[in-house]
Amino acid sequence: MNTQEHAVGQVHRDDISSRMGMWLFLFTELMLFGGMFFLYSVYRFTNAEAFHIAAKELNTLIGCFNTAILLTSSLTMALSITALQKDKKKLSIFFQLLTIILAFGFLVNKYFEWATKFDHGIYPGSDTLLAMESGEILFFGLYYVMTGLHGLHVVIGAALIAVMTRLTAKGIINKDSFVKLESAGLYWHLVDIIWIFLFPLFYLIA
Amino acid sequence: MHKDETHQHMHGYGIYILVWLGLLTLTGVTVTVAGINLGAITIATALNIASVKSYLVLTIFMHLRIEQKVFRIFLVVALFFFIISIVLLFADYSFLENY
Repeated sequence: MNTQEHAVGQVHRDDISSRMGMWLFLFTELMLFGGMFFLYSVYRFTNAEAFHIAAKELNTLIGCFNTAILLTSSLTMALSITALQKDKKKLSIFFQLLTIILAFGFLVNKYFEWATKFDHGIYPGSDTLLAMESGEILFFGLYYVMTGLHGLHVVIGAALIAVMTRLTAKGIINKDSFVKLESAGLYWHLVDIIWIFLFPLFYLIA
Repeated sequence: MHKDETHQHMHGYGIYILVWLGLLTLTGVTVTVAGINLGAITIATALNIASVKSYLVLTIFMHLRIEQKVFRIFLVVALFFFIISIVLLFADYSFLENY
C-alpha cells in the first residue's frame, strides 16, 4: 500500500459505535452496583435504626473531602478532552495526570479511613463487629463491599487514564482521534456518579 | 443537530467549570440538609440531590447533551428497567408482614 492510499483515509473508524459500546458496558456496571444498591435499600428498610447507629462510626469529613476530590477529578478529565480537541496536547496530558493524582488522593484517604475502622476493630469477621447487632453487621458488610468495589473501579480507572496519557504522549490519541480518551473519560465519570450516590447513603445517615 | 459523523460538537472549558461549581455547591447542600432532621423525607431529599448531580455529570461531563439522540434513548431504557426493578422490589417488601 502506498502512502497516498493511506492518506486518503481508508482506515475504517466508527467513533459513534465505539462510544456506544462503552455506554453499553456502563449499563452493565449500573446493574453490578444497582444490585448492591437494591440490597442496601432492603436492609436499610428492615434495619433503619441499626443503620443510623452504625453510620455514626463513619467520618463525614473524609467523605466530603473525597467527594470534592472525585468531582474535581471528573472536571480535569472533561477538561483534558476539550484541551485535546483544541489541539493543546501538553495541556491535555497535564489534565490527565492531574486526574490520576486526584485518583491517588482519593485512595490515600480511603486507606486512612479504612485503617481507622480496622483500629477500632471493625473489619469483616472481627470480634467487635460480630458482637454488634445484626443490622449493624449488615451495614458494615455493605460499606466494605460497596466502597471496596468502588475503590477497585477507581484503581482501574486511574490505570486506564494512565494508558491514555501514554497514547496521547505518543500521538496515537490526537486532535482527530480521541475516542479512546473519551471512553476512558466515560468510565471515570461513571465512577464519579456511583460515588455521588454512595456518599449520602453511607456517610450522611447518622 | 449536526451531520458530521466523526466530529461532535465540543464544550468549552467554561461550562465544565460551571458544572463543577454546581456539583460542589450541591454537595454542600446535601451535607447541610443531612444535619437537619426532616424525618421521612430525609432520604428522598438526599436521593433527589444526588439525581440532580448525576444529571449534570451525564449531560455535560459525559456529553449526552451533544451526543446523538440514540444515546439518550439507550440511557432512558436502561434507567427504566433499573427503576422497575427497585419499584417491584419495594412493592413486595412493603406488603410483607414479617421479614
